[in-house]
Amino acid sequence: MSIIVKNISKNYNGQLALDNISFEANEGQILGLLGPNGAGKTTTMKILSCFIPSSSGEAHVYGLSTQSKEFEIKKILGYLPEHNPLYGNMYIREYLSFVSDIHKISDKKNRIDELIELTGLSYESNKKIQDLSKGYRQRVGIAQAIIHDPKVLILDEPISGLDPNQIIEIRELIQRLKYNKTIIFSSHILQEVESICDSVVILDGGKIVANEKMSNLSNSLLNHQKTVIEFTKSVSPELLMSSINNIQLEKISDTKYSISSSSSEDIRERLFDFAVQNNNKILELKSQHTSLENVFKTLTKISGND
Amino acid sequence: MISIFKKEIAYFFSSLTGYIVLIVFLLLTGSFIWIFSSTSVFNYNYASLGQLFAIGPIAFMFLIPAITMQSFADENQRGTLEFLITKPIGDWNIVLGKYLATSCLIILSLLPTLVYYFSLYALGSPPGNIDSGAVLGSYIGLFLLGNIFASIGLFISSFNANQIVAFIITAFACFSMFWVFDFISTLPLAYGKADNLIKSLGIEYHYDNISKGRVDSRDIIYFLSIIALFIYLTVISLGRRKW
Repeated sequence: MSIIVKNISKNYNGQLALDNISFEANEGQILGLLGPNGAGKTTTMKILSCFIPSSSGEAHVYGLSTQSKEFEIKKILGYLPEHNPLYGNMYIREYLSFVSDIHKISDKKNRIDELIELTGLSYESNKKIQDLSKGYRQRVGIAQAIIHDPKVLILDEPISGLDPNQIIEIRELIQRLKYNKTIIFSSHILQEVESICDSVVILDGGKIVANEKMSNLSNSLLNHQKTVIEFTKSVSPELLMSSINNIQLEKISDTKYSISSSSSEDIRERLFDFAVQNNNKILELKSQHTSLENVFKTLTKISGND
Repeated sequence: MISIFKKEIAYFFSSLTGYIVLIVFLLLTGSFIWIFSSTSVFNYNYASLGQLFAIGPIAFMFLIPAITMQSFADENQRGTLEFLITKPIGDWNIVLGKYLATSCLIILSLLPTLVYYFSLYALGSPPGNIDSGAVLGSYIGLFLLGNIFASIGLFISSFNANQIVAFIITAFACFSMFWVFDFISTLPLAYGKADNLIKSLGIEYHYDNISKGRVDSRDIIYFLSIIALFIYLTVISLGRRKW
């Protein structure tokens, strides 16, 4: 385990931002931190990057404690803070050269060229940072975080506010970096986490509501299948309920229903038979994939009811 | 530390702050020494740089807060402080790098005024009739005074996210450090009892001593310890995030 977070809590002036959270992350893996705003994602990342200490509990990065080995951790960690703070008045190369000086990189010039190439900044490389578009600024932020080839990369909302093309590019960039690094990535955009991460920790109100491998997460909640059906003639909900077992109905109109089934069986065949038996026709029949969004809604709602 | 120092210097001269500070300082001191008839050396009839060292502290009193007001306030506001702190630099090096950059700017603003000294040296009758010891002492004093203002400015900037607020508080703090102790010592409350002690807490007392050309270790220690105190307080203030 390259990152171990154990029973961490964080109190901001009496307000509990993190409540006893624990999780682990492996090398070569992208861990997604997911949660609504104010869930504690940024606080977790700030603790891991040694910006602030935790109120209780401990975190280890490659065996180094965030409490006693701050300086050593900072050397092997790349961090892109939320909102990607940069020095707008600097030129890209000037800025990257400043960061490489901090990290005491010996072959500075080649490393900067390499990074500019890797992050796709070549066309813009002679500009000042303040003249760059948001997507390019984000690349500078990522370049800054990986300049010393860190073992751990922490990216706080790296894709927020980017346009769809930029999102794809940044996503590919992060995927490429994954090899021999541990990447922690936070987002409140579910599709992102779904498409990039290998495992996900879902936070809500400072607590972990789910901590699973990406594949397990969807499976464990996929037994709730949802099917939308529209008939030509109106159907009474009672009739539908009595003909097909184990379903919950949500009436959209007299002819249209959204049906959730608690069994793993596909109910579409039975719906077809039902229509035939009742001399009705089907206009629309579609099975809805349980997206992370639904999983997320379900999970955060559960914790909200606690 | 060196990388922070270089970054700050580059910032001073890319954002014009540096140039403006240098120009304004020279304009102010230059006009008092050479142009304004009530203070000009031509009317004073003595080859003396006294005006430079009388105006210098006042010019520094608002120019240095203008330099330091952005140092942490701006980084705080832009979030770049988080960036710096999460890099392997260390709080001490961040503060010292910024302090040394400001100190360097003070030296750069004092350097051109050497022209005044050489001009007066030549204008003296006979040439060279100028108290060089006092001038050297005054330069040391003015430099150290500027450094005190810089360390105060850094400290105040470190806990203010607003640059204007940082500027005003720093300017007032510098003003107080310079004159207020001297003023308090003349109040009936202190006069004749602790007046000398109170007076010696202020900068002016030590600055006056040094300006006479008497570079006394006690005064130097006073300047250095005040600078060290405020640098230390700045480091503590940066560490507030851990509280």
